[in-house]
Amino acid sequence: MPGSSGNRRFWAQVAPGPRTLRAYQALLLVLVFVVWHVLTSPTLLPPVYFDDANKAAFFFGEPLKVLSRLWNWFASGEIWAHLWVTLVETMLAFFIGTVFGVVIGLWLALSPITSAILDPYIKGLNAMPRIILAPIFAVWFGLGIASKVALGVTLVFFIVFFNVYQGVREVSPNVLANARMLGASPRQLLRHVYLPSAMSWVFASLHNSVGLAFVGAVVGEYLGSASGVGYLILQAEGVFDINTVFAGILLLTAFALILDWVVGLVERRLMVWQPKAGETERV
Amino acid sequence: MTTAPALALERVTCTFASRDDPAQRYTAVRDATIEVAAGEFVSVVGPTGCGKSTLLNVAAGLLAPSAGGVRVFGAPLSGVNRHAGYLFQADALMPWRNALANVIAGLEFRGTSRTEAVAQGEDWLRRVGLGGFGNRYPHQLSGGMRKRVSLAQTLILNPQILLMDEPFAALDIQTRQLMENELLDLWSADRKSVVFITHDLEEAIALADRVVVLSAGPETRPIGEFVIDLPRPRDVAEIRLTPQFLALHTQIWHAMKEEVLKGYARQQRQ
Repeated sequence: MPGSSGNRRFWAQVAPGPRTLRAYQALLLVLVFVVWHVLTSPTLLPPVYFDDANKAAFFFGEPLKVLSRLWNWFASGEIWAHLWVTLVETMLAFFIGTVFGVVIGLWLALSPITSAILDPYIKGLNAMPRIILAPIFAVWFGLGIASKVALGVTLVFFIVFFNVYQGVREVSPNVLANARMLGASPRQLLRHVYLPSAMSWVFASLHNSVGLAFVGAVVGEYLGSASGVGYLILQAEGVFDINTVFAGILLLTAFALILDWVVGLVERRLMVWQPKAGETERV
Repeated sequence: MTTAPALALERVTCTFASRDDPAQRYTAVRDATIEVAAGEFVSVVGPTGCGKSTLLNVAAGLLAPSAGGVRVFGAPLSGVNRHAGYLFQADALMPWRNALANVIAGLEFRGTSRTEAVAQGEDWLRRVGLGGFGNRYPHQLSGGMRKRVSLAQTLILNPQILLMDEPFAALDIQTRQLMENELLDLWSADRKSVVFITHDLEEAIALADRVVVLSAGPETRPIGEFVIDLPRPRDVAEIRLTPQFLALHTQIWHAMKEEVLKGYARQQRQ
């Protein structure tokens, strides 16, 4: 076949591989939007499943309207206040939950008797579906930021707590004995051996805990609030504005990805002392 | 100075209760008496699994003996032995500190000012041949380099007694001989008392003033002492080839052999 070698060379250029990874990822996104558009547009295709041409759009939204809603939010600037509220809630929940988790994790790990007494309660609290506390927090702390932060804290706390607990338990006995021989006091052992070891476990779970702080904030907003992205979704759902609901979901997804990326940056800065895959093993 | 030995283990017995069954006891060391004079280099050899590390942990004050006691320069020891530095068999560097921060950790714990500690730390890194490696983390260093960092970390505190638990066991033979020579150099500069634990008889003889032979475990105790009168300074690689060395080796090995076989037979039964 004439030109087949040219075709092959062209294919070699665009075949899926490490180089064209991003292009294919973007292509997939575009493809999803196109399929979404084609299947929901009232005019493009005759209704395949629903008896009414507008029903598909009613249930699944229309990507063009979703995107224009997003555009309007940013163009008018009204979204920033809501995003800011959600971000503040996430950050507060993350920091407060982490501090409590570290302090109580250290305390229980270094005090076996206390930990033995509290063990069933900790297990119980962890097993409890804590999202269900949201209405109680709303009653206690009102519909403002505080109730969302409280919900996020209950989610973040246990992740951090269990990691710190584990981190202290897993301190190498050699490192500990060495520090003692070098003259470390109990306080210095806490500061220079237990804490760094525990923090390495906390950082390892950073993606999880930031993600859950975010979940706590959004779910809290969704269950009752006066601002935040979860609030926008709640309002839109109340009037069956499915396009705005989807716009909110897309916004939250993008926001979560950015948050995850920032966490990755922080992690890489703080964990220079840990070998990466391919380097030597951790001692 | 008094004539009291730098370190004296007096009739030390260590019995461990099994965690699963407290009625089942294991006596690792029984009635062990070892004295180390100030400035003396003592090697302790014994078959594997005979409780050598247990003895050293007792001397360091990390482990309280079930019976007997430890005296440090004549004073009974309670708690961690402040006069001693301990070089562990396994890696014991803090992985979250770089080499320099590891070396100066002890000074930091003692409240030495930061600038002073860093100056001393860099000096010690140079002395163990790691100048310029201060900002590397332990995982970025080879096994031999990590051992040098550990050595600097211990020696920077200028301990009067140095406890070493098979510190070079994990190193390849060339690195090991280098490290042994470096250790002898550093030791001869300011004679500390050294207790050097090893299962390698050649290493024990090459380094020490005196070799203590332990019996096979359990209920380990010293069964022989041999004065090593080889001339110093020594080169550990060359001294192994001298007839004097070989004679000592034969003599001590003769005393050890039975215990080694006993320990081996016991391990096979388990």
